[in-house]
Amino acid sequence: MTLTLTVSLYHYLILSAVIFGIGLFGVLSKKNAIAVLICIELMLNAININLVAFNKYMTPGDFVGQLFAIFVITVAAAEVGVGLAIIIAIYRNKLSVNLDDFDWLKW
Amino acid sequence: MELLDSISWVAVAFHTLAAVAVISALLVVFVRNIVHAVLWLAVFFISLAGVFLTLNAEFIAAIQVIVYAGAICIMVVFGIMLIRRWNMGETNLFNSQTVAAAGVVALVTMLSAFLSFKSGVVEPAGDVPVNQVESIATALLTKYVIPFEVAALLLLVALVGAIFLAKEVKADDADSHS
Repeated sequence: MTLTLTVSLYHYLILSAVIFGIGLFGVLSKKNAIAVLICIELMLNAININLVAFNKYMTPGDFVGQLFAIFVITVAAAEVGVGLAIIIAIYRNKLSVNLDDFDWLKW
Repeated sequence: MELLDSISWVAVAFHTLAAVAVISALLVVFVRNIVHAVLWLAVFFISLAGVFLTLNAEFIAAIQVIVYAGAICIMVVFGIMLIRRWNMGETNLFNSQTVAAAGVVALVTMLSAFLSFKSGVVEPAGDVPVNQVESIATALLTKYVIPFEVAALLLLVALVGAIFLAKEVKADDADSHS
């Protein structure tokens, strides 16, 4: 008896697509601005899986995928910092983090 | 013993970690209390670090635990506590576009999964070198030195910008400056 449990590039790409979908769903459908920020993190992590998987399966010696993953992590950290600061600044004016209340730019 | 030898332990680890990652990602979106959502986010980040380990990316896995599970989760919790409201149990709700969003997301996920299947079976082109930190550091400081410096500048700008945005601006100060 043998178990045919394998792992290949497919599996990583499917996992990445599923997590990206969950994150996109959260970004489009959450009310709370911080929840949207968290779901953007989910999407960025899904991209990182793709980058590191391609690094292993395509160019293992070059580390291009891993370097891009490091840059993505850097940008994600900066994005969370600035995003939270913006949310706190808006909360101070509007006393709300509900994205449906942020309609100053509406005509 | 034959059964034990036939199991690919990397595959077992990958499938377990992938299940944990998908379930915790779903809980991040569907839990109603946003503090619990951030806790599940930490679980998600750590399981993804395990997925990176199955891809022979030890350095990325360490960075994932330090930066994401350590720093970003704590920062988000601080943000939540600064704007907390009375009923924390109802802080992570859905808006009125949920059905349309589900349709769009189903389409995007189907498309990307289909494209992944079309890519064909790919075998690893070779083994990932063992001395990863050395290789990454060499690449970062030679071929990719410009993006590296730009990333440093980006972090500085984000730091200053976050401090400036989150600092309370009094109406009197704004008047005296103009």
